[in-house]
Amino acid sequence: MYKYNFGTLTTMFDQWLESLMPSWAATTIECVIIGVALLLVYACLAIFYILYERKLCAWFQCRLGPNRVGPWGLLQVFADMFKILIKELISLKDTDKFLFALAPYLIIIASMLVFSNLPWANGLQIVDFNIGVFFMIAASSIGVLGILLAGWSSNNKYTLIGAMRSGAQMISYELSIGLSIMTMVVLAGTMNVSGFVAGQEQGWFLFRGHIPAIIAFIIYLIAATAETNRGPFDLPEAEHELTAGYHTEYSGIHFGFFYLAEYLNLFIVSGIATLVFLGGWMPFHIPGWDGFNAIMDYIPSVIWFLGKAFFISFVIIWFKWTFPRVRIDQMLALEWKYLMPIGMFNLILMTLIVTFGLHF
Amino acid sequence: MATIQERISQLCPSATFEEGENLLVNVPDGDWHALAKNLKEDSELNYDLLSAVVGMDWKDSLGCIYYFTRTSDWSMLTVKVATTDRENPMLHSISDLWGVANFQEREVYDFYGIKFINHPDMRRMFLRNDWVGFPLRKDYDANPELNPIRLNDEINEDDTYSIVEKEDGSLVKEDKKIFGADEYVVNIGPQHPSTHGVMRFRTSVDGEYVKKVDVVSGYIHRGIEKLCEGYTYPQTLHFPDRMDYMSAHQNRHCLCMCIEKALGIEVPRRAQVIRVMMDELMRISSHLLSYGCTTMDMGATTAFFYGFREREMVLDIFEKTCGARMSMHYNVIGGVVKDLHPDFVKDVKALCAIMPERLKEYHKLYTGNIIAQKRMKGVGVLDKESAINYCVTGPSGRASGFSCDCRKKHPYSIYSELDFEEVVDKDAHGDSFTRYLLRLKEIEQSVKILEQLVDNIPDGDICAKVPKIVKLPVGRWYQQVEASRGIFGVYIESDGDKKPYRMHFQSPCFNLVGVMDKCCVGYMIADLITIGATLDFVIPDIDR
Repeated sequence: MYKYNFGTLTTMFDQWLESLMPSWAATTIECVIIGVALLLVYACLAIFYILYERKLCAWFQCRLGPNRVGPWGLLQVFADMFKILIKELISLKDTDKFLFALAPYLIIIASMLVFSNLPWANGLQIVDFNIGVFFMIAASSIGVLGILLAGWSSNNKYTLIGAMRSGAQMISYELSIGLSIMTMVVLAGTMNVSGFVAGQEQGWFLFRGHIPAIIAFIIYLIAATAETNRGPFDLPEAEHELTAGYHTEYSGIHFGFFYLAEYLNLFIVSGIATLVFLGGWMPFHIPGWDGFNAIMDYIPSVIWFLGKAFFISFVIIWFKWTFPRVRIDQMLALEWKYLMPIGMFNLILMTLIVTFGLHF
Repeated sequence: MATIQERISQLCPSATFEEGENLLVNVPDGDWHALAKNLKEDSELNYDLLSAVVGMDWKDSLGCIYYFTRTSDWSMLTVKVATTDRENPMLHSISDLWGVANFQEREVYDFYGIKFINHPDMRRMFLRNDWVGFPLRKDYDANPELNPIRLNDEINEDDTYSIVEKEDGSLVKEDKKIFGADEYVVNIGPQHPSTHGVMRFRTSVDGEYVKKVDVVSGYIHRGIEKLCEGYTYPQTLHFPDRMDYMSAHQNRHCLCMCIEKALGIEVPRRAQVIRVMMDELMRISSHLLSYGCTTMDMGATTAFFYGFREREMVLDIFEKTCGARMSMHYNVIGGVVKDLHPDFVKDVKALCAIMPERLKEYHKLYTGNIIAQKRMKGVGVLDKESAINYCVTGPSGRASGFSCDCRKKHPYSIYSELDFEEVVDKDAHGDSFTRYLLRLKEIEQSVKILEQLVDNIPDGDICAKVPKIVKLPVGRWYQQVEASRGIFGVYIESDGDKKPYRMHFQSPCFNLVGVMDKCCVGYMIADLITIGATLDFVIPDIDR
């Protein structure tokens, strides 16, 4: 039914490998290829996102942004990343060396784990198991451990304050993310990622779930911005208060990991929002308009997915470059006094709507 | 003035008087504290604002000149207190009466070695604790071997002392601690994105709440006042531009006026108009920078660029006429150094035309933002009484309801002919939001002044005739102007030479940073940044 099913391609490749070698060897090779491909996509996306944000923020600020290195500043990020790679890893006196070195890897692992679960396109998904959405939320929580460790092991007061802020912030906002996604799980009736996408064939959940879905979407956007430590919730690294927050003492590629993970987390929360609210890779369908739907199907599913994710990222970047930073007590008050209670009532509302079949 | 003289001699029979620019009262140190209390509290005197404290070395004696202002009619009084003991000079502190005296007296101690009895915290203000000698004394030994460039850390920063006078008159040295051993002290600065320069706040925090702020300054102190004593008057003109570089024109205007006052030079009308226009352009540029930095310190980087976009227009005007965008060096004794650029009128008109709509844009982008309002409203409240007590002038003082615009109170140049309002917050909120908003309102007033003048620049000379060698007669002069951040004062004491005997700059920012501890306690670390940004101090002005 959909054009361009990437599943056929991967199945053909799998069959070809199986015909050449025993099944265990084929699986091993596939795992390696997938791992390498993931890392490559991860790096490329991070680079794209850094340029994307720099260009966007330049336009918000009546500037041009990077425009010297390469045409249109395209090579600027490569130059920056290369610089980060060759920089010295400074090790400090009186730090907990092991934890200090471990922290950036924890962060990058957490974001990789979630990253690998995203439904890229029709038939292009690495793992697809029955609690996919739940797994994503769980895996993304590992990141906070990395931030806490980074802040603690640096033996610096700024980093410690940054880490404590971050801990309080992420633990709080995880509740809202969980609740808003749970609301949508009630509507979807599954936690399976492909089930989620398939369920939105007759219209994205944002539209099908109407009022509670829109509320959940707004809560998710706010909470996701906080979860990724981005403005206006960038308190853990609030550069004007804590110089660089939890990663003040990091240099070289260790800092690069934090930097990459920050941008990738932006993509990941956008990807999850795309999956849960905007149909994943599912093209825009309006029930009954078969001709329109067929035209939409001609656009490859991977473009649908990336396009939607980039759009949500744009909104989050827009937040960052418009709003001032909130204060820690205001941020916690927003979560515990407003977002979480609203999220809970929203869950009940969604349950009622699903029970009585009031959704589209 | 006679009545004041009578009243003072009634209260303090030992006082002697000198006529001058304003009445000068000579008081022996023993009676000084009692007289100071009367000066502040007596209903006939009521000099509630301590405008300046100038440390002095008259070779045979050391002492201080105090400039007091009565905020009801803005008249001034000078008090001179001196001691002949050069080995262990001591004067009584008045920091219990005027909060501003706390830092000012520490500065005097730092440069003249005068210890203040009953001062709560007798540390050096700018120099290191292990500095040998007191640099502004006339007999200071500048041998570099005495004070080499020290590479070791400064030790025992937590220790201080005060000299307490017991009831029987004996003096006891009491050791004190700034911070307890179990306090969690966070260093904000000296290298920090939001201290707007090399300033250090040692902040004791309880979780995120600020318990105490200890200001450590002097990292970029250049000893301008000492340098001035070795330069001729025209040479000293280069320094005010480098203090508060965001009030370069006003500061230099002030020094020029002080020298012109001493020489009795009449500045041509054209130069007066140009000077006032430059002052107001500078004020616009400074307040735009302040808007940008306040927003950026609170995390809104975009608003920062909007402020800088318009500031660029002002800097272009400066560049065309003065040849520089910073440190313009435009005022000279008797007028200005160069005539206006042909584009000046056109450019100023363009700026005046664009500002109202751009201000609306700022409000739309930032002032109305709910996060910005929650971050600033009710944060860092400075009440009117404290503002006067700590001599917080300028926009920060006016936000506390303290009407202190020098352009209205001591009209200088052509300000008395101009139609503009002094923006004072009637309800005396004194919080960060009011300070922030007040600056934007002052931009409107500056635009109003520019609009009045831009079509009425008279023809004529740009500079009066000034003798080739500038020698001031013997005497002392004090001149104030309204700089971008408050009242800037210049004190000159001359012994008839072509070099000043003593030149003192009374900077508004030094007083602003003095209220950081008062404003920040009980708020959060993030608020400390907001408060610092809205008080808007410039570090080179503190570290003169």
